[in-house]
Amino acid sequence: MNWGSWQNFIAMGGYGLYVWGSYVVTLVVLAAEIAALVMRRRGVIERLSTFYAARRRNHETET
Amino acid sequence: MTKSERFSWFVFSSPQTFYPLAGKLQPWFAAAAALLCAVGLYISFFVAPTDAQQGESYRIIFIHVPAAWMSMFLYLVMGFWSGVGLVLNTRLSSMVATALAPTGALFTFIALWTGALWGKPTWGTWWVWDARLTSELILLFLYIGFMALQAAIDDPRRADKAGAVLALVGVVNIPIIYFSVQWWSTLHQGASVSMKSAPTMAATMLLGMLIMALGFWMYSIAAVLARVRSIILERERHTDWVAEEVGARA
Repeated sequence: MNWGSWQNFIAMGGYGLYVWGSYVVTLVVLAAEIAALVMRRRGVIERLSTFYAARRRNHETET
Repeated sequence: MTKSERFSWFVFSSPQTFYPLAGKLQPWFAAAAALLCAVGLYISFFVAPTDAQQGESYRIIFIHVPAAWMSMFLYLVMGFWSGVGLVLNTRLSSMVATALAPTGALFTFIALWTGALWGKPTWGTWWVWDARLTSELILLFLYIGFMALQAAIDDPRRADKAGAVLALVGVVNIPIIYFSVQWWSTLHQGASVSMKSAPTMAATMLLGMLIMALGFWMYSIAAVLARVRSIILERERHTDWVAEEVGARA
């Protein structure tokens, strides 16, 4: 498949809105999921380390 | 060989053993997903020819069909692990089911979205309330309902059970989606790929679609493994090994 020029590639034979609307939204949705997964992991580790630190402090004051 | 020496796959049903295994496998699935999607996209745009009837608008097929397949397949996998969790009372199975839902919902959304954008130029409408489209929309609501139900129940084990019942009841929707194009008259075309007949599309079109489907498959595994690792840490936080794991990371 030879598109000839960038303009032709973007235009997609007049269906640019539909084709690129599909691909761009798919890309955005998957990128958002990846970002959410990374943030969730960071959040869990941060929350749990605060939780364990607090638990250690409690043990120290008890004994 | 004594019983304790024999290797058993059940070792991986323990969150503690599965967590590091998932961590080791996840990057490989992510890399495979990136590679397959890159090759798939190249074939989709630069190898596959223009369609004689639909022009270039048909290129939406390379994400629409794989996303629709994944939306149904992930639901079946979610139903399977929900059922295993319900029957065998294994925590990890339920965690995997929980981890599958958001990715399944995303692929359902992508299938509906790309379907609308494909429907407009080919059928002249973004949406019709026909069997295929409506049952796929119900699939999205099943995923969202599963997530909402689990989020609404504080006790994770009860949330697992309630979610599992909903997921299993919803499995009945999958054959309805799949066979809807045969059972009811619909605007939607029939199955793109069939085991019974020769492919109706150009070989490069079919190849691009299958490679994209494999890429989405690998992506789903990578995403679900990453998510289940976070779920394991959250839900096993009372254990010593998670305290050690988090201590080593922080």
